Amino acid sequence: MSRITAQFESLRQRGRKALIPYITAGDPQPSVTVPLMHALVAAGADLLELGVPFSDPMADGPVIQAACERALKHRVSLHQVLGMVREFRRTDEHTPVVLMGYLNPVEVMGYETFARQAADAGVDGVLTVDLPPEEAHDLVAAMKAAGLDAIFLAAPTSSDERIRRMAASGGGFLYYVSFKGVTGANRLDVQSVADKLSQIRAATDLPVGVGFGIRDAESAASIARVADAVVVGSALVSRIAELADQPDSIPLQAPRLIAEMRAAMDAVNE
Amino acid sequence: MATQASKPADSTDLPDDNGHFGPYGGRFVAETLMGPLDELRTAYEKYIDDPDFLAELDEDLAHFVGRPSPLYHARGWSKKLGGAQIYLKREDLNHTGAHKVNNTVGQALLAKRMGKKRVIAETGAGQHGVATATVAARFGMECVVYMGAEDIRRQAINVYRMKLLGAEVVAVESGSKTLKDALNEAMRDWVTNIDSTFYIIGTVAGPHPYPVMVRDFQTIIGREARAQILDQAGRLPDGLIACVGGGSNAIGLFHPFLEDRDVAIYGVEGGGDGLGSGRHAAPLCAGQPGVLHGNRTYLMEDADGQIIETHSVSAGLDYPGVGPEHAWLKDTGRVQYTSATDEQALQSFHELTRLEGIMPALESSHALAYAKQLAPTMDKDRILIVNLSGRGDKDIHTVAGLEGIRV
Repeated sequence: MSRITAQFESLRQRGRKALIPYITAGDPQPSVTVPLMHALVAAGADLLELGVPFSDPMADGPVIQAACERALKHRVSLHQVLGMVREFRRTDEHTPVVLMGYLNPVEVMGYETFARQAADAGVDGVLTVDLPPEEAHDLVAAMKAAGLDAIFLAAPTSSDERIRRMAASGGGFLYYVSFKGVTGANRLDVQSVADKLSQIRAATDLPVGVGFGIRDAESAASIARVADAVVVGSALVSRIAELADQPDSIPLQAPRLIAEMRAAMDAVNE
Repeated sequence: MATQASKPADSTDLPDDNGHFGPYGGRFVAETLMGPLDELRTAYEKYIDDPDFLAELDEDLAHFVGRPSPLYHARGWSKKLGGAQIYLKREDLNHTGAHKVNNTVGQALLAKRMGKKRVIAETGAGQHGVATATVAARFGMECVVYMGAEDIRRQAINVYRMKLLGAEVVAVESGSKTLKDALNEAMRDWVTNIDSTFYIIGTVAGPHPYPVMVRDFQTIIGREARAQILDQAGRLPDGLIACVGGGSNAIGLFHPFLEDRDVAIYGVEGGGDGLGSGRHAAPLCAGQPGVLHGNRTYLMEDADGQIIETHSVSAGLDYPGVGPEHAWLKDTGRVQYTSATDEQALQSFHELTRLEGIMPALESSHALAYAKQLAPTMDKDRILIVNLSGRGDKDIHTVAGLEGIRV
């Protein structure tokens, strides 16, 4: 059983919903990332999503674009991101880590090399934003061979047939994009999410995480009522951006948002 | 890499059902766009064979764009070069001054059929933006054009043209603030406003069906040129030359000749300061395959897979990718890709202006620069067709600036 599947299983038994913070690796500088990952776990994160910076993050809103630009000023590469995961694993064997990014850096490294090195570094799953199931066959095969979960995005525009297809090639969990738009927009509608989740659940047994537009404890709690996992990205990355000129304080201060969300989500489930 | 298409090399039947030209092309976009791309493809495939749609398209191409564009025998320049006879396909004479409008008319008619009231576009130099704003004005559609902040500064006149036509021009401040960033931002708009909006991509790149759709709207260039040269010279040409940025004017000229094996085909990329300098826009000549903007193709990228900034005197060639069909035609060897430097293009710009009284766009001047090298190596009874993809009025400030003149 993969670390992701085991984590969801354990959470289910405890009646707890997963909280998954997203940060861009190397933002605002590489030395912040590993301490911040540990601090997010301490604040109540169950899985971590680590963004691989890319020069052309087409599906991201301004907050995560800016995070990519800050990281790329330090020329943070996919190799370095894997190094960060390896360092994180020295003291955390338990928390699953999912890489989230775009295909081109993986293409340049080569699918098999990437899958092997990622698994070796302690990565558990990979979400490639611009890789729909139609194009994913070869990368998914390489990832499966290395024991990694391929995590797919489902969207309000996804048909039942597409969801079944993602469930068949994917593993770990399914990431549902809560609205038509880019990351960080303010368009969350919990009722429409709930409706789509029942459609998704009819098509797959994979746990379903919901992301895009979850900005505070209240929205995290309302999504926790209907989903298996809550993903928070832009709201957290905004706090990191505000603290960019005092990087040492980021692991201390930014995870407060995660602690607030954790408390609100747990209150729902009690 | 994606599985190889089963169709034969350089078949004109490509792409396959998922938009692949061999290993290139495809649909590399976030899931939210997959449904809308399917919808677009269904509509496109329905209307491209629909007699009413085609009649309306032909009508607009004739009376709004001004087609057919002439095929002009440049006798003076051919004589000066002392070799092959050069014919210019005069896309510069189209309404709005370039080949771009062939495609925007087609896509706008499709948008109208699909009930979309709002169109968006990306633009670099502003030619595609102007061509989109033009058709939006004609069809009464809301129009938003995304343009890099750096390009807005360089192309003030085209920005004002778009505004006069009623378009909103949005400055893109992310990344390198140029065409690739404008394309990212247009995609972000599209994913946010899918229900109301049609995204008019300006070149033969992007996710399927854009490369094939834009190609099909641009092949009017090659179909006309083929008939015109048969009429004027009584035979097919020995060679075709076109500049390649994203590659839409080139594929438009080349495609109807791909199966004429005796016709040599040359695509000319923006060589900037020279391929050795690293400051250029020539992914086919000096890049490697990767994935950007929804398709797999040759890219300008660094060792980590980050897209790098390009350089060309011609804003229309200043793009780090290229249409996937060109990537395939390079690998199969059917088309030979080369480059011309900024300096070579500028020389040809002046030469054509003085010898033929035709002021070419700086993009097209790259194709002319290669003709200038190739023609003298050929006999006088040989024929080259060069795609004069646009007129040079928009570039006067650039040319004057390089000569230290303020206009």
